[in-house]
Amino acid sequence: MHTWTLLVALLAAAALAYHVGRKRAIATAGGSGRINTLHSLPAYYGFYAAMWAAIPALLLLGLWLGVQDQAINELVKASLPPQSVAELTPGALGLLMNDVKNVASGNIASGAVTPAIQTAADQYARLQHLARWTQWLLVLALSVAGMSFAWSQTRPTMRARNRVESVVLGVLILFSSIAVLTTLGIVLSVVFESWQFFQKIAPSEFFLGTLWSPQTAMRADQVAADGAFGAVPLFTGTLLVSFIAMAVAVPIGLMAAIYLSEYAPRKVRSVAKPLLEILAGIPTVVYGFFAALTLAPVIRDLGEQLGFAVASESALAAGLVMGIMIIPFVSSLSDDVINAVPQAMRDGSYALGATQSETIRRVVIPAALPGIVGGVLLAVSRAIGETMIVVMAAGLTANLTANPLASVTTVTVQIVTLLTGDQEFDSAKTLAAFALGLTLFLVTLTLNIIALHIVRKYREQYE
Amino acid sequence: MNNPAPGASAPPPAPAARRTIDIVNASLKRRYAREARFRFMGAAAVFLGLLFVGVLFGDIVAKGYTAFAQTYIQVPVYFDSATLDPDGSRDPQVLANADYLGLVKASLRTLFPQVTGRAQQRALYALISAGAPQQLQTMVRQYPSVLGTTRDVWLIAGADVDMLVKGQIDRELPEADRRIKDSTLTLVDQLKTEGRIEQRFNTGFFTNGTSREPELAGIAGALAGTFYTLALTLLLSFPIGVGAALYLQEFAPKNRWTDLIEVNINNLAAVPSIVFGLLGLAVFINVFGVPRSTPLVGALVLALMTLPTIIIASRAALQSVPPSIREAALGVGASPLQTQFHHVLPLALPGIMTGAIIGMARALGESAPLLMIGMIAFIVDIPQGITDSATVLPVQIYLWADSPERGFVERTSAAILVLLGFMVVMNLAAVLLRRRFERRW
Repeated sequence: MHTWTLLVALLAAAALAYHVGRKRAIATAGGSGRINTLHSLPAYYGFYAAMWAAIPALLLLGLWLGVQDQAINELVKASLPPQSVAELTPGALGLLMNDVKNVASGNIASGAVTPAIQTAADQYARLQHLARWTQWLLVLALSVAGMSFAWSQTRPTMRARNRVESVVLGVLILFSSIAVLTTLGIVLSVVFESWQFFQKIAPSEFFLGTLWSPQTAMRADQVAADGAFGAVPLFTGTLLVSFIAMAVAVPIGLMAAIYLSEYAPRKVRSVAKPLLEILAGIPTVVYGFFAALTLAPVIRDLGEQLGFAVASESALAAGLVMGIMIIPFVSSLSDDVINAVPQAMRDGSYALGATQSETIRRVVIPAALPGIVGGVLLAVSRAIGETMIVVMAAGLTANLTANPLASVTTVTVQIVTLLTGDQEFDSAKTLAAFALGLTLFLVTLTLNIIALHIVRKYREQYE
Repeated sequence: MNNPAPGASAPPPAPAARRTIDIVNASLKRRYAREARFRFMGAAAVFLGLLFVGVLFGDIVAKGYTAFAQTYIQVPVYFDSATLDPDGSRDPQVLANADYLGLVKASLRTLFPQVTGRAQQRALYALISAGAPQQLQTMVRQYPSVLGTTRDVWLIAGADVDMLVKGQIDRELPEADRRIKDSTLTLVDQLKTEGRIEQRFNTGFFTNGTSREPELAGIAGALAGTFYTLALTLLLSFPIGVGAALYLQEFAPKNRWTDLIEVNINNLAAVPSIVFGLLGLAVFINVFGVPRSTPLVGALVLALMTLPTIIIASRAALQSVPPSIREAALGVGASPLQTQFHHVLPLALPGIMTGAIIGMARALGESAPLLMIGMIAFIVDIPQGITDSATVLPVQIYLWADSPERGFVERTSAAILVLLGFMVVMNLAAVLLRRRFERRW
């Protein structure tokens, strides 16, 4: 809350600086009648001053918030009786510091409040208080300093617009780099954690092992708590569910695209296409709910009547619903590429006496094939990465099976289950989630790159 | 060309040509049948797709519409001053801590004096929700004048009674398979004939936080969490996305670096959302120490996730502004940035907004990455800011869908209906915006 007030204050300071800078520019020009002697419009001098008032102060504030807690912690730790700190493990020290913070904020501590903790808590509260006021003071002082610097710089010959614009351009460049930073962040985070994982579990075991049972020992002397981290059942489970999904989505999506772009009257098309695309906008958690509570019981009852043993969380239910979700994805991508096939090719085929369906099958589809393949690959990557449907409708047990009626688990399900429980962050169990995430990221990335490449190549062909 | 066209126009004296037309004619029936089949398959595919839409919505509406009503039971309650306010001080503290559960139980016993025995009485108490004492407490604190009088109070019914009244528990099942036993059935039937059971609009669903009891669970907490998360997401991703698009589309030199950024953005748009959750967990929570479970960290993750969508849409919108606008602005002496901010950007804004709304709709429905960063906690309190622990609507749906109680199925479906309602509104807004403001150059 405190920081918000400061931000608002900074905003007010910037507004003030804008006003002051503008007035100052007009004054140095010699009144509002003579602003044509200024290099830039008066507003730019205002922006210039506002930037000086806000940006350095904001940077300082960010830096301050980044180090404040750490610094206070260290100071309080240093003030604790040295012998009591020395004999504590890092975990116990963390607990002690938690107690100190709780006492300082008036909450209940976990144990008895010793005098040492009480003093530390007082120290903590005092430092926090001090830090707050110094922060306010320093940030606002810097803001005022920036403002006065801009004031001193303001004269008619100053190229205020160019200076403001170069800052704006810099900000734009920074914004466009965030996309790259995101990728970098993803790669670094999953690679770093996976690296730690592969220190504990050999990559060969992870990628080739067929037993998945991610437990780690809570205590050193625990019996039979060695986990097995063979991810093959997860990969096959993912492939099975994705295969079922594609078996639903590709024929329906493709045929729907063909019908809508080649046969359907304009009216039908203008109604059916947006209606189909509703499927793409429905949140995945809704599909998951539908799969788990409506489709799975139906499939189980149907299977029982036909004499099959169907698991209550079968791969079939998850796959079917995922397929439904992907239909509009396949159909709109195919629609695009089918429409991109030049009309001359169709006309040529008709002129040779081919029927419409023959034209579509022998001419349009082969011509559009690369694009369709690209679209299907994108859809596969989507199916592999889909999470909520499988979390809710597929099982948790890692079965190495190709039976769609059995319960399988997928990579994404395991990532979620490994990371939503309570556990230490550096256990093999949590790190395994990152190794799975790395695999998932690499596979989908490869699929995407290939697919985008094919689609782009194809598009160039007819342009 | 040894494959002459059917019905060739040249005079056909040669026997060879006649043979071809015969072949063609003979095959025509088969070919037309194939044509019809193909066409039918296409229509069937479209029909199937539309059928799925219909079934999905029909199923959810059928399951969820009942949750908008809530069963109440009218119970005469004697607000005994002697037990609620023994020293007659009307001290709010005393009134707040009085035994309201006992009051509910006593009132039920007076209503059904024939019920005796522990098990029977427990079934009797289960008629009324665990939230009823709270209801009475609020009533007494608001109107202390009820003390010492007997009032007919409509209390929230327990989840099982609610299900029964809504017809979701089959009375014909054998007693052992039913959640509601015969003794309770007779009690409910008696209440019904006395006109003591009523269904009302379920306001609690929109004003309560979540709860373990289905009849008390509401979506207010999830809605507040969603609001904070999405507002912050928009605040972060909209300026950054538009800025990035502006730079890449209008200013960036064509070089390796900008090529890399381009490929990157296209790929990021297709990265599974759960991977963004891993990023949030490893970077925002573990490295930067952003508090877990909060709208703040949720918004950071969702902003990164929606960024590619907004950038791609904004670039398309900027591209559709004709170059003549830029040339005219530059021609009268505007600087490149002035050209963009004063002329191009306002013209591209409807397209950009459409993209942003679609991106936000995606973020609204997203739950997988939020599971990773702890927005899955069971939180009863309604969050008050971006650093309070919170959950969002889709995650709430996920949590409720996992609850075994029958009453949560209708709550979940109703929450889905609310979520879909928001989706529809956002998408309609996007469509309208496009229709209203989009200019064809």
